[in-house]
Amino acid sequence: MFPFCFEWAWDVGHAIFFGGLWYAVGILGAGMTFCIGKAAWDTINDDGEGHGGHH
Amino acid sequence: MDSALIPEGAKRCAFPKFMIGMAVVGAVLLWGVYAMFLCWFKGLNQTNMNDYYGFALWIWADLAVIAIGGGAFFTGLLKYIFKIDELKNIINFAVIIGFICYSSALLILAIDIGQPLRGWFIFWHANVHSMLTEVAFCLSCYFAVLTIEFIPNILENRQLNKVPFFHHLAHNMHGVMAIFAATGAFLSFFHQGSLGGVAGVMFGRPFAVREGLLIWPWTFFLFTWSAAAFGPCFTLLVTKITEAITGKKLVGDKTIHLLAKIAGWMITTYMVAKIIDTIYWATVTAPSLGFSLSHFYTNNAFYGYWILIAEILVCGVLPGILLIMKSTRENPTTRLVAIILATIGVCLNRWVMVLQIMAVPVMSFDTWALYIPSWQEVATTILPVAYGIMLIAVAYRYLPVFPQELELNKSAKAAE
Repeated sequence: MFPFCFEWAWDVGHAIFFGGLWYAVGILGAGMTFCIGKAAWDTINDDGEGHGGHH
Repeated sequence: MDSALIPEGAKRCAFPKFMIGMAVVGAVLLWGVYAMFLCWFKGLNQTNMNDYYGFALWIWADLAVIAIGGGAFFTGLLKYIFKIDELKNIINFAVIIGFICYSSALLILAIDIGQPLRGWFIFWHANVHSMLTEVAFCLSCYFAVLTIEFIPNILENRQLNKVPFFHHLAHNMHGVMAIFAATGAFLSFFHQGSLGGVAGVMFGRPFAVREGLLIWPWTFFLFTWSAAAFGPCFTLLVTKITEAITGKKLVGDKTIHLLAKIAGWMITTYMVAKIIDTIYWATVTAPSLGFSLSHFYTNNAFYGYWILIAEILVCGVLPGILLIMKSTRENPTTRLVAIILATIGVCLNRWVMVLQIMAVPVMSFDTWALYIPSWQEVATTILPVAYGIMLIAVAYRYLPVFPQELELNKSAKAAE
């Protein structure tokens, strides 16, 4: 649910529940965006080294 | 036939043998899927639930898999946040087990709501006064975390890793895994706790209700603690089963002993808290509501004092002691007994906190509700087990799940 939905209320319950949800989703989304973006950048600038290595 | 997909240097059984095994387990899976579709198309009248007893067998399975899947978040917390590097040898497998457990839990919930097409309502029309809303939010997000933690292992498949983008993606995801692990621990703390909190706030059910801290009943903390304590035992148990089936040593003794030791201390401290909680509930909380302890364990054909003794002493205190003592922890037989008892113990705890709660009579005119599940409930409860076996088999065959596999089996071969 988003604040522009008619059911939304600016109260503690909505702030805690949805604040927590968006916080978690935001971290996961930002983390994955960073990883995918950096992987694309690394692939474009790949010099062919480092494949097959262990992490 | 599929040798190009198998990790380099690893030995796996012949493809036809693998497929025969998958077909056998797949038949059980299809039985569960059939029962699942019956529940979806014909409705929850396929179960034996009624207005008097509203928890199907699968709700116990749901809470049990979430508890035993706690090994993923706790091992991740120890590995990535507390920097216990030794656990790198088992973290992949812990994540896969967690992924199976949480995807199963979500599947069970999709069956339980009866109308899965409306599953998104919990996000859009959220009841922000319900602990179960918090559980749904955290469960969904944590499943996303487990998927993210599982992806690098999939991308390290021999063929996928040759694709430069996938290779870099796996590398980058490893680099920021601590952030995902911390998020996972945060989410797990709340959803594990709230599942216990739901029982603890039910003041209309004297068998469940507890005092607590602020808005959280003690069961909130006990559930989180027990998941962190017993979850690693299930990880160790599935590792042992996988080793027995494959006939290989997959995780080194040092890692096993370390995780068993941590689990042992977590179980022991949890049991101290659990015993204090039980004594206080039996001597103060329940009597203050007009009930004696015997009311909850007598006058019925199934629930006796045996379940209390089994949960707390046999499957709680005993495995805790076996795992904290070096001699029994490092003995494979007593360690196996301990992790089996511990896994049964946490499942028994969830059984008591879900099904016995519903069975105990509350009003003077009530009788014990001894619930017999329908075959559809049994089939849908077994469904996750079959799914888990298949996913572990595929992951073991095609992914580098165990970093020590080659080293451990090379030295064993040389010793022969």
